Amino acid sequence: MMSSLIDLNTTGHYLHWGFIQISVANLVVILLMVVVFVLAIVIPFHAGRRER
Amino acid sequence: MSADATGGTAASASTTAYTPEDARPLAGDERMWTARLRGWAIRAFPPGKLLPDRQPSYVASWVYVFGVLTLAAFVVILVSGGVLVWRGPSWWHLSKVGLFFNSIHLWSVELFFFFMVLHLWGKFFMAAWRGNRTLTWMTGVVSFLASIATAFTGYLSQQNFDSQWISTQAKDGLNSVGVGAFFNVMNFGQMLLWHVLLLPVAVAVLVVLHLLLVRHRGVVRPMARQGDPKDSAEEAPGTSGARR
Amino acid sequence: MPATTSLAEASRRPDKAEWDGPKRPYDLVKEFVIALVVVALLAAILAAVLSSPDVHPVTVEEWANNTTSAYGNFAGQDFVATAMTELDGTSPTATYGPPYQSGPSSQHVFFLNPEQWLGQHIPVDPANDFVLAPLRLQAQHDPALAAALAQWDAASANQQSTWMTNYEKALAKATSVQNGHVVLEPGDYGPLPVMMDSLLAMAQSGALDNALLASKRFYGTDYTKPLLFIADGAYLSDKATAQHLAGSQWGMMNETGNYPGQAWLWLYTMWYQVWPFTHTGNADALIWSLMMILTLLLLFLPLIPGLRSIPRWIPLYKAIWRDHYRALDEELAAGDGGGRARDAP
Repeated sequence: MMSSLIDLNTTGHYLHWGFIQISVANLVVILLMVVVFVLAIVIPFHAGRRER
Repeated sequence: MSADATGGTAASASTTAYTPEDARPLAGDERMWTARLRGWAIRAFPPGKLLPDRQPSYVASWVYVFGVLTLAAFVVILVSGGVLVWRGPSWWHLSKVGLFFNSIHLWSVELFFFFMVLHLWGKFFMAAWRGNRTLTWMTGVVSFLASIATAFTGYLSQQNFDSQWISTQAKDGLNSVGVGAFFNVMNFGQMLLWHVLLLPVAVAVLVVLHLLLVRHRGVVRPMARQGDPKDSAEEAPGTSGARR
Repeated sequence: MPATTSLAEASRRPDKAEWDGPKRPYDLVKEFVIALVVVALLAAILAAVLSSPDVHPVTVEEWANNTTSAYGNFAGQDFVATAMTELDGTSPTATYGPPYQSGPSSQHVFFLNPEQWLGQHIPVDPANDFVLAPLRLQAQHDPALAAALAQWDAASANQQSTWMTNYEKALAKATSVQNGHVVLEPGDYGPLPVMMDSLLAMAQSGALDNALLASKRFYGTDYTKPLLFIADGAYLSDKATAQHLAGSQWGMMNETGNYPGQAWLWLYTMWYQVWPFTHTGNADALIWSLMMILTLLLLFLPLIPGLRSIPRWIPLYKAIWRDHYRALDEELAAGDGGGRARDAP
């Protein structure tokens, strides 16, 4: 197996806002969660075939 | 077996096909624990309810897939964890293949919590506890908590800098409420065993209960909007089905 | 095919009623298998591209061969200073109380004191476990050390206390080690220079790591003693702070490097950043209790008026079930569909 393509073992990037401190990685995860949740509500769900 | 008036198993004695009548106990056997358990199980979970091939028409949104995605992630966690068990706790530090399986285990955990929280958000905004489904909600919450505990012991089992820091920090919180006296986060052997056996079993049992409850009660129906016609025995959303 | 009631008819029933309205085919097993394949592939791709963190653990050897933010004069100064606090009983571990020692607890919540009620369950005696016992092992092959320990054992508690106070003051000002001896200004330190120089040598060679673990058994899986000792020094916390893992840095949520951590712990760690928890020694106990209460609120949410009505006040449900409501409105507008079966929209 090859080593990873993207090396995340470098110094972490952190954002500061008042008393809030968050890593870029965690922020990305949280934003992704919100985006996926909104998409799940908004994207039409093509229902299966009609009741026979 | 002899034929009897209660329609017992006389028919099945001569055929190989199973019929629902086979589940009924013979006269006099009704009070057997086995018969009573079987009867209860069949009444609560007839096959058509346990594995239905139809869902109500309102089950038509992508929000409904987060539960099954969480379950799928749980399976990947168990399988990747099983591979790590197979080669022992030092393997992933020494082998690139081991590191790869450790990485699968880590990312499936991230996906597990990702989908679980989205599932929680969805069920919250759908007020999915309505209609006697309080216990379904509660088993879900307890599964969430047990999962956090399982992940915690996993981080403690890494045998690297992370586990050193996490254990020496977490001990204070646990000690302050007395738990640290018997749950020693610095004891690798204890933490690894909890992580591999006790806690996954707890999560699995809770998940099974949760799923059985979902199948037993069915998927909760949409909330009635203001003005929607509702029968007089209507409950306000958020109640657990108390009769007026 | 079983007859179904109309959408409008079925929608009138209470929440706990079984749905007798329109249904559609829904392949649960296929859905699960697809989900499994999707998640397995996602996890495998993430694993291949991003791997996972594995920062090597700190050993006593590494600690004793490095300087720290607290003691930066010479490599091992922090180690020796920490070892002195273990010996004189002022270290965090030595003053912890239950479960490591009997006596008063460090934290409580009002009158609730579970830490104290449970008492000592994991006996740790830092002066002996971290300093004297390893030195006695070493003394079996080191006559000078054996003599120093004999002098220590024979001295009164007051005498030992004087030596320790003097030594600690001098150590803070020491700037170098020569030929394995910490260079101190002249003073009355008794056998401590010999003892501490030996302990430093043991630590720097890796021998102390083994001495702390092995005790009287061959096998072991319990790292309590070396971890408590290392955590009393500044080296471990320096490394943690550099990686944003300290409690005051929302550390509970974070992971080393640029990896995502445990975002689901955000609320637990948030309390450590805010008043009044930043100003109390009981923060751990208080925050645990607070999180217990919030957890119970989440658990019993369906039974809590107000909280359980939030989904109605923030009506995401109207978006989630919009197809259903549209079909229902169509049916109601067309006049009640009575009991006729209808196709699912």
